[in-house]
Amino acid sequence: MDSLSQLDQVKTTPWSGGRSPWSIEYGKLMMWFFLLSDAFTFSSLLVYYGAQRFSKFTWPDPDLVFQSIPGIKESGAPLVFVGIMTFILIMSSVTMVLAVEAGHRRAKSQVIGWMIATIIGGFMFLGCQALEWGHLHGEGFWWGSIPEPEKLKEFFVGPVSNVAAQQFANLFFTITGFHGFHVFSGVVINIIILCMTINGTFERRGHYLMVEKVGLYWHFVDLVWVFVFTFFYLV
Amino acid sequence: MSEHHIQNTEEHEHEEHAGLSKSKIWQVFFILLGITVVEFIIALVILPKGLVPHTAGNIAYVLLTLLKAYYIVAFFMHLKFEKTGLQLSLGLAFIFIFYFIVLMLIEGGYLHMHMNLNS
Repeated sequence: MDSLSQLDQVKTTPWSGGRSPWSIEYGKLMMWFFLLSDAFTFSSLLVYYGAQRFSKFTWPDPDLVFQSIPGIKESGAPLVFVGIMTFILIMSSVTMVLAVEAGHRRAKSQVIGWMIATIIGGFMFLGCQALEWGHLHGEGFWWGSIPEPEKLKEFFVGPVSNVAAQQFANLFFTITGFHGFHVFSGVVINIIILCMTINGTFERRGHYLMVEKVGLYWHFVDLVWVFVFTFFYLV
Repeated sequence: MSEHHIQNTEEHEHEEHAGLSKSKIWQVFFILLGITVVEFIIALVILPKGLVPHTAGNIAYVLLTLLKAYYIVAFFMHLKFEKTGLQLSLGLAFIFIFYFIVLMLIEGGYLHMHMNLNS
């Protein structure tokens, strides 16, 4: 009898089955696993960028490449525009957590408000990125093309390397493009969730877990930007 | 039966996840903003003066970035308040990334030593 009751006790541990040992909802766990795989994709791109940059004698200087505020100032303002972009993305991350927080309280109108703010932030970021791409493309950088030799000199502090410039251009557009694609899909998913919130789907369901799931995705996009910002604009 | 269990997990979650209050959210936001401002000061004020070597600046950037990443993942993505098992299984996977970084830096270092300027 005694040993039997002990066996019964063993069955109540989190890992004895019948319930989620991590006490996390299925969809959220799957989102975490997806984000982990996505983190690997972004890491491999950034690590390749790092290895390329490390292997070259010279590299375009970020302070010289990114020194314009499109439409306002043509040059002499390094990091300002990307600073605005970073601020927009962090800000939209905050509005997303506030939407999740409102979802915990099941305050539908507040969830709607914060989701709209998040979507606006996402569009603003995408708009800034389009301006940034347009500016760099105007300078002559694109996949497979670099500026004229005379122009290219302006972007290097030391000796000029065509190969380094080309690697920079390809990797910049690939990595920020892949990130921008994530932002874009994040905005689309946010809009879908916003429509579901307005329709009252989550209110009927009794919880706003879907808002948390897209929240995880949105924060991940912010997280990737933190790394892209450091390795393309600062280092 | 299974429906019932899912319901249980969700309710359980709601108890635990009430942790992140509005004031905490704004606190984390200001920390993130502060770290970004420090990065800007390093980039625009400290490094141009040439007082510290560029490598030191880069190390500072990477450390500050990791700190920002910690705040985003721990608080915004709520991982700090999840079960230890989940934290470990997500975190330990990054051993592969560190390995990859070391591998590619060795590769990059080799190329750096064995290639001429325009290749």
